[in-house]
Amino acid sequence: MSSGTIGSGTIARPAASLSRTRVEVPSARRRLWWRNATAYVTLSLGSVLMIIPFLWMLSTSLKDDRQAYVFPPIWIPSPVAWSNYLDTWQALPFNLFFLNSALVSLVLTVAQLATCSLGAFAFARLRFPGRERLFVFYLATLMIPFQVIMIPLFVLVKEFGWIDSYWGLTVPLIFSPYGTFLLRQFFKTIPLELEDAAKIDGCSWFRIYWNIMLPLSKPAMATLGIFVFMWSWNNFLWPLLIVSSLEMKTLPLGLAYFLGQYTIYWNLLMVGATIALVPILVIFFFAQRYFIEGITLTGLKG
Amino acid sequence: MATSAPVWRSPANWFGPEYRNPARRREVRAAFLFLLPNVVGFLVFMVGPLLASLGFSLLDWNLLSPPDLVWLGNYLELFRDAEFWRSLRATFYYLIGSVPLGLVLSLALALALNQRIKGIRLFRTVYFIPVVSSMVAVALMWRWMYNPTSGILNYMLNEMFAFLRLPLRAPDWLQSPVWAMPAIILMSVWKGMGYNMVLFLAGLQGIPRHLYEAAEIDGASNQRQFWTITLPLLTPTTFFVLIISIIGSFQVFEQAYIMTQGGPVRSTVTTVYYIYENGFEWHKMGYASAVAWVLFALILGVTLIQWRTQERWVFYE
Repeated sequence: MSSGTIGSGTIARPAASLSRTRVEVPSARRRLWWRNATAYVTLSLGSVLMIIPFLWMLSTSLKDDRQAYVFPPIWIPSPVAWSNYLDTWQALPFNLFFLNSALVSLVLTVAQLATCSLGAFAFARLRFPGRERLFVFYLATLMIPFQVIMIPLFVLVKEFGWIDSYWGLTVPLIFSPYGTFLLRQFFKTIPLELEDAAKIDGCSWFRIYWNIMLPLSKPAMATLGIFVFMWSWNNFLWPLLIVSSLEMKTLPLGLAYFLGQYTIYWNLLMVGATIALVPILVIFFFAQRYFIEGITLTGLKG
Repeated sequence: MATSAPVWRSPANWFGPEYRNPARRREVRAAFLFLLPNVVGFLVFMVGPLLASLGFSLLDWNLLSPPDLVWLGNYLELFRDAEFWRSLRATFYYLIGSVPLGLVLSLALALALNQRIKGIRLFRTVYFIPVVSSMVAVALMWRWMYNPTSGILNYMLNEMFAFLRLPLRAPDWLQSPVWAMPAIILMSVWKGMGYNMVLFLAGLQGIPRHLYEAAEIDGASNQRQFWTITLPLLTPTTFFVLIISIIGSFQVFEQAYIMTQGGPVRSTVTTVYYIYENGFEWHKMGYASAVAWVLFALILGVTLIQWRTQERWVFYE
């Protein structure tokens, strides 16, 4: 069996790709039919439950103030209040929130990929004294919940004068034992032959990392990158602690602030929620493979 | 018995004789440079704060006036602090409500998806959408769903009750101390289900097909195959899902922050919420650190117990 197995390093494929032909006896076929039918019904019902909240959000975001509160609730707004999107955008500087979120997430993604892959390369390929001990130490810190270190981290950032700044929003979150661990595991699976040839040619370690390791690790880098991006885009607790001004707020923070200011304008709040959700959903649709692979590979949590 | 006496070694020999080779020394130097940014960040932003928070937990400190060393005072206060116990109860309520429910539902979905049927990708995508969504946006969305007068949820529930002629009314969800936590649990299960489902699906696809074929030949029914093949061989995945779900539940915060602000009557103040309140609303940095360490110890303890008991039910091939 080749297409459906998952070993420690390979990527899970959906069961659909299991293309096997076998001779079905009639009773088995009927049983299979029933099983498929139940599966379809369960999955479809579940999907509806998954989608309803999003549809309700979208529907409310296009209702005027009166329609949003009408009883019984309506699904199709009439007239469609497109102006809500403009109103929301004008009520708060959502373009700033958007830019802040994009900037912070991009910087974190690039910086984390860089530091993690450099460290992972040393752990996977270079021999140096204390390597195993240091690595175990890294692994041990995976258990530490962020809530335990967030108070000293806040004090530290305050000492650095980084409160309410891009520095504070990014630098403390760049260094990730998790990402280092993930990439190290991946680097370990890459065969040594290519590097040996490069070493004989007298390549520096950095050349080997840059010209051999990184190009061969694109899938793992993409997976880690997408997860870091998603996690930063959605991150709430840390920005909540260190951002105080309106101009520095990221989208989740802006949304929470918006909720405080416009508590009863649910149509506008739903516009805000839609704005925060759309970018990450677009990325998800295009990079789905990496999301799913990343999770099956590592159990990485966003 | 030979004891090794401390011997002075010149710096060139610090790492033992094999490192005298210049190529090996270059390798060590390269490793140092490769690791430098990572290790510095690790020490400054992870190990340092971890040790500092243990130190902070021994202080009475509001960030403004100089700290007071109270030793274990904060921990002693914790035990008498009814609010702290209440927050622990809320956290455990959340854990017990969300973990088993999430586990069973995501397993059921994975089983349904693990068939040779069309549209698996589509279903998988749909179930995964909430996972990638921002918790703040999703919590906002659900707060509106839960709205007792204009929300869609109660409308549909009440219609259903009326249709079935049940003498029931949908609750006020977030305005009710009884229903606020279940409301948060329901939303969180909805959001996290797709994630566990993907893990279970990977586990299911790792079960060798020949086992089912052999069972089929022996005439084992579907149910029997499920109980004797699927479930036992899935226990490593279940174990993993259980561990991360429990660790995640101990850290629940954002849902409560957006949906209820800890209310009504503080029924949804979870432990992390309580840490947040102490540290960043009341500026009791020392006390907040002590609560954080108790939470950490709890997470470690529970995880350790799970590791220790896994051999009783986790089946490794």
